Amino acid sequence: MIDLSQLDITVAVSGLKTGDNPQPGVPVIRSIRAAGFTGKIIGFVYDAMESGIYLEGIADEVYQMPYPSTGASSFLARLDYILSNSKIDVIIPTLDSEIPIYIRLEKELLERGIHTFLPTEEQFNLRDKIKLSQFFPPKGVDIPKTHLLQSADQIIKLSEEMVFPVIIKGRLYEAYKAYNVFEAQKYFYELQAKWGLPIIMQEIINGDEFNVVIVGDGKGGCLGMVPQRKLVITDKGKGFGGVVVKNPGLESYARKVIEALSWRGPCELEIMKDEEGVFYLIEINPRFPAWVRLAEGCGQNQPAATVLLALGKEDVDLQPFRPGTLFIRHAEDIISDISLLGDISVNGELIRTEVKK
Amino acid sequence: MNTDQLMTLAVNKNGFIFDPENGISYTVNDTGLFILNQMQKGLEQDAILQLLVDEYDVNIEHARSDMEHYMGMLKALRLVED
Repeated sequence: MIDLSQLDITVAVSGLKTGDNPQPGVPVIRSIRAAGFTGKIIGFVYDAMESGIYLEGIADEVYQMPYPSTGASSFLARLDYILSNSKIDVIIPTLDSEIPIYIRLEKELLERGIHTFLPTEEQFNLRDKIKLSQFFPPKGVDIPKTHLLQSADQIIKLSEEMVFPVIIKGRLYEAYKAYNVFEAQKYFYELQAKWGLPIIMQEIINGDEFNVVIVGDGKGGCLGMVPQRKLVITDKGKGFGGVVVKNPGLESYARKVIEALSWRGPCELEIMKDEEGVFYLIEINPRFPAWVRLAEGCGQNQPAATVLLALGKEDVDLQPFRPGTLFIRHAEDIISDISLLGDISVNGELIRTEVKK
Repeated sequence: MNTDQLMTLAVNKNGFIFDPENGISYTVNDTGLFILNQMQKGLEQDAILQLLVDEYDVNIEHARSDMEHYMGMLKALRLVED
C-alpha cells in the first residue's frame, strides 16, 4: 500500500467540478488523502461554480487559473503569483485541454520546483482522435473503421461502404450516433461549427465496453492498470457505476496500446470487445478519469502513486487490483456560505489555511 | 463439454453470479444454484441429474427436461461450450 503520511509537500490538482459531468480533480484528491497525505492540497479551477471548491477537506487553497488558450505567459504569471503565497511541489492536471501547456512548460515548472508526471508532446499527439486510425493498426491494435471528413459531401460517398448507424465525432469533444446520411451531415455541420475540422466518421462496434485506467512508466510498461465495465450509464453517456473486471485478453490488449505509445503518466483507455471477442481501441484520454477512485478502492491507489512518480521515485509499488470491486456515483448537495463564492469570484482565490510567506 | 468459463464465475450463496472477466452478473434460483455448484465441482451432467432427483424429489424425465433447458441457457450465454 502506498503511504503518503510522511510526505510534507504541497500538491496542486485541477478540475474540481463534480455533478452530472464530473471532472477528475476531486476523486484524485480524495485518493491522495486516502493514502494518508496530510500536506497541503491546492485546487486549480477555471470557474467559481466548480463544486469541489465548496467541499470541506478537499482543497486547502483554491486558485482560479487563466484558460490554457490565453497562453503560457499568463499561465506562468498566475503560477508565480500563487507561488508567492505557497510553494507547490507536484501538479496533477486532470483536464484534456490543459495537459499540453503543462507538457510544454515542464522546464519552467521544474525551475520553480514543480514536478509533474506527464507524457511527452509526441506521445500526447499520437493519441489524438484523428491519429488513432493511422498510428495503431500497423502496431497490431485494431481501431474501428474510421474516416476523417473535410466536407459533408464525403458522407454521401462513404455511405456505400459504411454501415449505418455510424458515430460522428468532433475533433476534441462530443460524439453523436447518426442513423442515416442526413443525420450524419447535420451532426457534421454542428460539430464543425464548435470544434472545427476534421470531423471523424466511425463505424459502431457492438459488444462490451470497457474502460481502463493506467499509469504508464514512459518506457512502454504499465505501473498500474485497473479495467472496469460500466454498469450505470447516464443519458450523456457518462459511467455512474461500474465494476472491476479481470480479463487477461483485455489487459494484454491495453498493455499493447501503452507499449506502442511508451506512455508516461495517467491515462484512460476506452475499449470495445465485439461479439467475436476482438478488442477495438475507441479513445485514449490523457489523464485520470473521474472514476479513478475505483482504482484506489480495488487496491491500486494510482493518484497517490503519481505523486511519488512525479517526485522521481521509481520503486512505486502498486498492488494487484481486486476484481468485483464496485463503484456507484451519487450526487449530494453541498451547503456552504455565499462568502466563499464571493472570495473566489472577486479575488480569484480561496484560502482555508494560514498563508506562510 | 468445456466449462472453463463457468469455472471462473464467482457464485455467492444467495444465487448472485458475477463473471469477473466481463463484469456481467446474473441471478439464479435455488435449483440453478445447485446445478452451478455441482458443475463447478466438476460433476458430469448425469451425476448432477441424479442429485437433482434425490434433492428435489422430482422424476428423472422432469429433471432432465429442466436441466437441458438450463444448459441451453448456459450455452447461449457462452458460459459452457460443446
